Amino acid sequence: MSAAPLLQVTDLDVLIGESHVLHGVSFDVPEGAVTALLGRNGVGKTTTLRGILGLVQRNGSVRFDGDELVGLPTHEIVQRHIGYVPEDREVFAELTVAENLRIAERPDSEPRYDFVHELFPRLQERARQAAGTLSGGEQQMLALGRALLNDNRLLLIDEPTKGLAPNLVTEVADVLERASALTTSLLVEQNLGVVRRIADHVVVLDHGQVVHSGGVPELLDDPDLTRELLGVGTGGSGRTHSTDSTDSTDSTESREATP
Amino acid sequence: MTTFVLLTVTGLGLAGLYFLVASGLSLIFGLMDVLNFAHGVFLTIGAYGTWWFAQQVQVGGQTTTFLVAVLFGVVVGAAVAALVEVVFIRPLYGQHVGQILITVGLALAGTALVRAMFTPDARAFPTPDWMDTTTSVFGAAVPNSRFVAIGAALAVYAGLLLFLRRTRYGLIIRAGVENRAMVTALGINVTRAFTLVFAIGGVAAALGGAIAGAYFSTINPEQGGGLLIFAFIVTIIGGLGSLRGAAIAAVLVGLLQQYANFYALVGAGDLIVVLLLALVLLVRPQGIGGKALA
Repeated sequence: MSAAPLLQVTDLDVLIGESHVLHGVSFDVPEGAVTALLGRNGVGKTTTLRGILGLVQRNGSVRFDGDELVGLPTHEIVQRHIGYVPEDREVFAELTVAENLRIAERPDSEPRYDFVHELFPRLQERARQAAGTLSGGEQQMLALGRALLNDNRLLLIDEPTKGLAPNLVTEVADVLERASALTTSLLVEQNLGVVRRIADHVVVLDHGQVVHSGGVPELLDDPDLTRELLGVGTGGSGRTHSTDSTDSTDSTESREATP
Repeated sequence: MTTFVLLTVTGLGLAGLYFLVASGLSLIFGLMDVLNFAHGVFLTIGAYGTWWFAQQVQVGGQTTTFLVAVLFGVVVGAAVAALVEVVFIRPLYGQHVGQILITVGLALAGTALVRAMFTPDARAFPTPDWMDTTTSVFGAAVPNSRFVAIGAALAVYAGLLLFLRRTRYGLIIRAGVENRAMVTALGINVTRAFTLVFAIGGVAAALGGAIAGAYFSTINPEQGGGLLIFAFIVTIIGGLGSLRGAAIAAVLVGLLQQYANFYALVGAGDLIVVLLLALVLLVRPQGIGGKALA
């Protein structure tokens, strides 16, 4: 990792109730690159993103562009030009598509409606429709559009292809590729095809700790290492497998796309 | 027929009072998860603020004086509500037991304070003469104060809908009722919206206090607490966080009370409302306008 880190996570600890989810997680996210956060289900990937944003109580250090984020409320962290695409989309179901985008506007940033509508023309077509009535794929587009509306410096993207049909996985991967060319990204993703296509670096978590970090080929071109760390094989450079080893077969197959 | 018309308009007037109190309760709980037992105090403050101002100051004619007095009561009610949120509720977000204890304590202390300042005796409420007269509706002589209550509730309902649908803060509040954490994850300081919602609840409740004074012709320190019980019932039947649900529930409760008290026996109205609450909790626990519970 030669570029200067935009985000430095150091000794991040998260306790949720009685559960000690993260145990001193440390990694860097270099500026101008895409870092994929990988690992089996329940190892703390989503919690890491939520910890960075202050959506869960945490200890340790999270430095963004040199400034400490731990101790700041979530809205102030996000106002430093950090976009967030949560797991399970979390669109506002009762609000229209247009309102879901409008609420994401920030006073210090010109909203990029043209960019979002170019990426997702369906959001413009369905602007007056309640977000709760959209399909899962369309809700994912809305969640991504909401984060891409502002000119962010860092995107935190949590499982953007989760539960999507293969053709939608390809569409979302196309968008992620375009977005990541513009913005530094930290991506939680189960689909290793998407990771191989988009990511520059990988950080692998297991039981709330970082167990591997490095370049993408270093991990994904090594079937033994991939199997050991993620519990799946890559099946060669073209074929991809979900790392979500606890999902049903159907669910896993739905993520086996080659975008 | 005339009796039925009179009962209906009176029931709708009562529904207006319930809605004025319940709308704020519902928004506060929907957005902030705070069950505000001190909400009745805002009503009492609005009523006594209006009464006090009308005693002290004469501004033009009777109607103008009344309107300015109501405005004074509403402003004081809103200010107290905002202060309560900032000083007492904000440090207790997410601590439901603490919130219940502090709001119950505030309700008791507020009522005691009003009693100490203005005596426990009921006070005749000053209203313009036209409000004490009646208007004939299909032969029924309906007191004009009933129309005022209905009009005030409709105005507040329309105003809240406009605010929620046409302003950025309204958008934030609607989104926050659904998913508060996601609103903050979009970079929005939701605590400002919390204070605003408390102040809006204070406005509606204080207006309810002034209108209740006109409706019942008197005010007393316990009036807020008495109306709050039915406002809670309306809020639960309507669905927490749903204005439309609160409006429908208020009409149901107001009309049922009037009809049952007249056509069955006096006191049956309260019983039937409690039975309606039990029925809703059994059949549709999320209430009329609430989202399905997980």
